[in-house]
Amino acid sequence: MNGSPMTLWEQAQARGVSRRDFIRYCSWLAAAAGIEASAIGQVVQAMEKKPRLPVVWMHFQECTCCSESFIRSSHPVISDIVLDKISLDYSETLMAAAGHQAEKSLQDTIKKYKGEYLMCVEGSIPTGDDGVYCCIGGKSAIDIVKEVAADAKAIIAWGNCATHGCVQAAKPNPTTATPVHKIITGKTIINVPGCPPIAEVMAGTIVHLLAFDRIPQLDGLNRPKAFYSRRIHDTCYRRPNYDAGLFVESFDDENARKGYCLYKMGCRGPVTYNSCAIMKWNNGVSYPIQSGHGCIGCSEKDFWDNGPFYQHLASFPGFGIETTADDIGVAVGAATVVGIAAHAVSTNIRKGKLIKSEIASSKEKEETSTKGGA
Amino acid sequence: MENTLIQRVYVWQLPVRLYHWVNAIAVVLLACTGYLIGHPFAIQSGTEAYDNYWFGTVRFTHFVSAFFFFFNFIGRIYWGFVGNKYASWHNFIPTKKKQYEEMVDVLKVDILQGTIKPLESIGHNSLAGLTYFISFLAFLFQCITGFGMYAAMSTSMLPHLFSWIVPFMGGDFAVRQWHHIMMWFFIVFSIVHVYLVFYHDYVEGRGIISSMAGGWKFIEKEKNK
Repeated sequence: MNGSPMTLWEQAQARGVSRRDFIRYCSWLAAAAGIEASAIGQVVQAMEKKPRLPVVWMHFQECTCCSESFIRSSHPVISDIVLDKISLDYSETLMAAAGHQAEKSLQDTIKKYKGEYLMCVEGSIPTGDDGVYCCIGGKSAIDIVKEVAADAKAIIAWGNCATHGCVQAAKPNPTTATPVHKIITGKTIINVPGCPPIAEVMAGTIVHLLAFDRIPQLDGLNRPKAFYSRRIHDTCYRRPNYDAGLFVESFDDENARKGYCLYKMGCRGPVTYNSCAIMKWNNGVSYPIQSGHGCIGCSEKDFWDNGPFYQHLASFPGFGIETTADDIGVAVGAATVVGIAAHAVSTNIRKGKLIKSEIASSKEKEETSTKGGA
Repeated sequence: MENTLIQRVYVWQLPVRLYHWVNAIAVVLLACTGYLIGHPFAIQSGTEAYDNYWFGTVRFTHFVSAFFFFFNFIGRIYWGFVGNKYASWHNFIPTKKKQYEEMVDVLKVDILQGTIKPLESIGHNSLAGLTYFISFLAFLFQCITGFGMYAAMSTSMLPHLFSWIVPFMGGDFAVRQWHHIMMWFFIVFSIVHVYLVFYHDYVEGRGIISSMAGGWKFIEKEKNK
């Protein structure tokens, strides 16, 4: 961190990387970020001229699965981004410094690179009881996140914890776990949900920032459009079975062996926006549906509360476990029919008397109407 | 019983009747296909995906019906401003004291089954009007949530007008859940609606059932002064 940091090209040269390999690397990056081929020149230029991006990577209420996912991104060039091509100045799990040195490193970065550094947040922030449930170096997570966010160039919320609160925000949310975008207002937070997000998606988001110096196109929930604009369902290789109405009825039945759609097994693919069906996991090996299990919707808000995972209609709150809206609908419908039947019976008893008296009076009318006009 | 004269009154204009039946068909199709989308039949193994498209057809029917339902609904709202006094929006949003008094009367006749006396209104009674207004809100809710979900797989403009509902409700799952729950409103509404029409025709004898076909109702002459 002394002096102006080297640009990525300088650094690559220092490591003996040829120009050809450097260009190839830039093309990889562009591909990972979902950038079209005609814009590769821009990426190359950015890599030649830009110094390493200082990154502060915060960990709060989380399990570190986002970091684990990130460092396992499939192509070595991509894992290079985090460890070489960006300058990871503070990260509780990956930095060498500890104790006071670590805290000093954080302070140094946010002062020296004011308005220049990228802030990444992994984990939700507990706001209950003055934020006492998550403290680092004597400061509460909520204070740290506000302090660091104040001068950040851009803020990325990694994973479902930082974007929606994930499991610790599931009912009853004892620590009042809160996602980043509800704490930091007035700044655009790039939400990269998932539990964890796909490594290439994380890398792609950073690459976009690195190459273009601005945040990628975001959707209504501030997720990068390049990776979250389509549902898993719409990109799933089992989709033809859905349209054909061929469904797995239970795990390990003949239909499951044939690879039919897992819709009736509670698959959340139709309501989940992510790139799993395209990019897949672990070097493109597979993704949940390909492995025979439905999607659990880990990149969606409240996916823990929308259970059970094996039925696609959630339990209806307040009516006990596994009572769906349909059970209640049937009960209400049945009650209506019973009420109507009772009503019809009582109407007929009443109407019977009325008809008798009306027939009697109409006979009278016939007699009177012959005498004089109305 | 006094000697009363019955008069024919043209209540439901053609656009209102047309709206009613297009809406009825659309709602039945939407509820049936919607239920199927939520609970598809079990088809046993042994076929390949390229041989079938029945579930796609069910969904297609749902979407097409939804477009009919939506534009029909828009048409009815327009007619609420330009149609006759029985079609006017005033029937649906009670603003007068008289309308509230009539609601009490309707409850007396319908629920408590008190003395059967001819009601003030010739078109919708005010309680029915309010119920239809509530159902219009349900229509609106189904249109917003339905098109909101549809927007993700559509490039046309209309569905995208409603795509804001997905972030607003927190995600597709919640939107889908509520869209599904509201289906039961339509089912219960249809049961009660059909029953009450028969009931009123039965106890009042004003020809309420046939009025939605021909447009004419029969009322006591004194009431039409």
